[in-house]
Amino acid sequence: MVNENLVKDVVKEPYKYGFVTDIETEKIEKGLNEDIIKLISQKKEEPKFLLDFRLKAFKKWQKMKEPDWAALGYKKIDYQDIIYYSAPKQKEKISSLDEVDPKLLETFDKLGIPLTEQKKLTNVAVDAVFDSVSIATTFREELAEHGVIFCSISEAVKNHADLIEKYLGTVVPASDNYFAALNSAVFSDGSFVYIPKGVSCPMDLSSYFRINSGDSGQFERTLIIAEESSSVSYLEGCTAPMFDTNTLHAAVVELIALDDASIKYSTVQNWYAGDEEGIGGIFNFVTKRGKCLGKRSKISWSQVETGSAITWKYPSCLLLGEESVGEFYSVALTNNLQQADTGTKMIHIGPKTKSTIVSKGISAGNSKNSYRGLVKMGTKATGSRNYSQCDSMLIGDQASANTFPYIKSQQPNSEIEHEASTCRISEDQLFYLQSRGIEFEEAVSMMVSGFCRDVFNQLPMEFAAEADKLLALKLEGSVG
Amino acid sequence: MQSKMKESDPILEVENLSASTDNLTILKGVSLTVYPGEIHAIMGRNGCGKSTLSKIIAGHPSYNITNGDIKFLGENINSLEPEERSQSGIFLGFQYPIEIPGVSNLEFLRVSTNARRKFLNKEELDTFDFEELVKEKLEIVKMDQAFLSRSVNQGFSGGEKKRNEILQMALLEPKIAILDETDSGLDIDALRIVASGIKKISNAQTGIILITHYQRLLDEIKPNYVHVMSDGQIIKTGESDLALELEEKGYEWTDNFIKET
Repeated sequence: MVNENLVKDVVKEPYKYGFVTDIETEKIEKGLNEDIIKLISQKKEEPKFLLDFRLKAFKKWQKMKEPDWAALGYKKIDYQDIIYYSAPKQKEKISSLDEVDPKLLETFDKLGIPLTEQKKLTNVAVDAVFDSVSIATTFREELAEHGVIFCSISEAVKNHADLIEKYLGTVVPASDNYFAALNSAVFSDGSFVYIPKGVSCPMDLSSYFRINSGDSGQFERTLIIAEESSSVSYLEGCTAPMFDTNTLHAAVVELIALDDASIKYSTVQNWYAGDEEGIGGIFNFVTKRGKCLGKRSKISWSQVETGSAITWKYPSCLLLGEESVGEFYSVALTNNLQQADTGTKMIHIGPKTKSTIVSKGISAGNSKNSYRGLVKMGTKATGSRNYSQCDSMLIGDQASANTFPYIKSQQPNSEIEHEASTCRISEDQLFYLQSRGIEFEEAVSMMVSGFCRDVFNQLPMEFAAEADKLLALKLEGSVG
Repeated sequence: MQSKMKESDPILEVENLSASTDNLTILKGVSLTVYPGEIHAIMGRNGCGKSTLSKIIAGHPSYNITNGDIKFLGENINSLEPEERSQSGIFLGFQYPIEIPGVSNLEFLRVSTNARRKFLNKEELDTFDFEELVKEKLEIVKMDQAFLSRSVNQGFSGGEKKRNEILQMALLEPKIAILDETDSGLDIDALRIVASGIKKISNAQTGIILITHYQRLLDEIKPNYVHVMSDGQIIKTGESDLALELEEKGYEWTDNFIKET
């Protein structure tokens, strides 16, 4: 009833990252078995420990069942109908950016992530991942001067095998869950970050994940290690072309913070979400977890989830170190037939640990948006505190929002606070803003931004502005 | 009805306006013309259609115009969106200003002011320039700067909300302001501040429609005309002494009027 005509008049902005790069790719055959895993490992020239890691994970995965507890509905995934390795054909060894296929550079240019020396972003180092491989990482030399390692995980396996062997799978074990096991068996590429003791990373680091191929899954793996008294801010962006089939994306991200270290991990997820009828789109099944191993260490997740047909994602913190801090700030927006089941787990193990959860869910169209979060106080978590705030906003009368908070405390001397609210954009609010000269669409986006303010404040500056724009874009024509 | 010869063109002409919502007829042929510099008061019982008239002039989407026209500066605005009406100089002061959580009052006022400025081909103001402007206007309604950093109307007292409305009017500099029960819920001091604010903002080029139940606002702002509404119609129009008479005799007195045609 709200300004129906106007809403119909609004031309829906198409998903502007939906193009496909026409490039010759090397794909292996569809399907998943031990030989495929051996082939992937061989292609990446991996040491034996890693192949063993993969094969063990695969054995576990075969015994596991796909989880069905999330408030999600989708057609069963045929894991034998997926290509597990797809890479653009390139020269064997690339020593500089000049040797990268211009089509790939062009692709990232189009996505707003220029990689070449002349055009690259000046304040952020970027690792660009295209389907199964990392294409380029900028500012490597500059970062190396500070002892910071920033490269693709494939390179790290070759050049820093000791660190990989020491930390890979220590935060998210292969047996953690179905999708983590799958990832551990077949992961292709992702980013690796190592910040040495006492170093505060001189610039933001960022990974940009691009799915280009329609029939292959993307299984990226990211590992970030922050040594004592170091700090880093890491940003992650994702887009994919528009296909009418669903593409599986099952990533694992592991963060490790030692004494007095801090890691800030921000995501703007804008995978293709499928069309208005729910055809196509990315299935985004991601396991992200950080381990606050050291005293007074801190891990902060902030995410803006706007894309994907399905999002299943719970960036979590294991708070082991005394006085360590975990944070989770999330905006999840769903429109049309999108489904999101997202939240966090804050596992308080050490004493005087602290966690904060701020989750804002916005559901429009016929979408379904659930917050699911666990706060657990272990027996030794004396004097620990958690504060959770989960707010939902409904736009229109066909969307749904759920909140599933799980609270488990084994420590009486700890505090857990949970607040939740649900609101709706009312016709009166819209009319009020309109009657002050503010256009209908801008009025909606103002209110949505206002609703998300607490989370946007946590994002790095350039990300916050981008997130704001992204939400406005996603909501165009959704109110009516 | 308004027989005096006017020197300028009218700002607002409501012509034989009928309107309904959910198949319920609320306005049954209202006519009203406002010239520059004029102050009109509309009085009447609750439910007589006063507020509806004001919302329809501002373009509320819940009401359908079934007959008649609204003209603003000579142009028919029946089908304009609310934001277009605001940008072109129509202001509605809400009886119950709406709370908008999370949206900063300052940003709201700036976006709103710039929408109007853009229409007038004036330069849009950045945050710094706008703060200068808004500080000046805050004086008019004696509001503290702290209001700017709060969410729009959220947690404001009744009086603060009404003053925030007048602040918006001061910023938007409308051609016509329709103030829907701006006096309700105000104590005497707040009423004086609001009334003097309205007087400061208005001038010989603007028109004002005051919708009110009470004489006390009209003591502060003397209207040129008083209209009495009943059951979706204007049943009597007079000069300012009509309000006094109404105050003395009550609305029952008006029940005996027959609609003047």
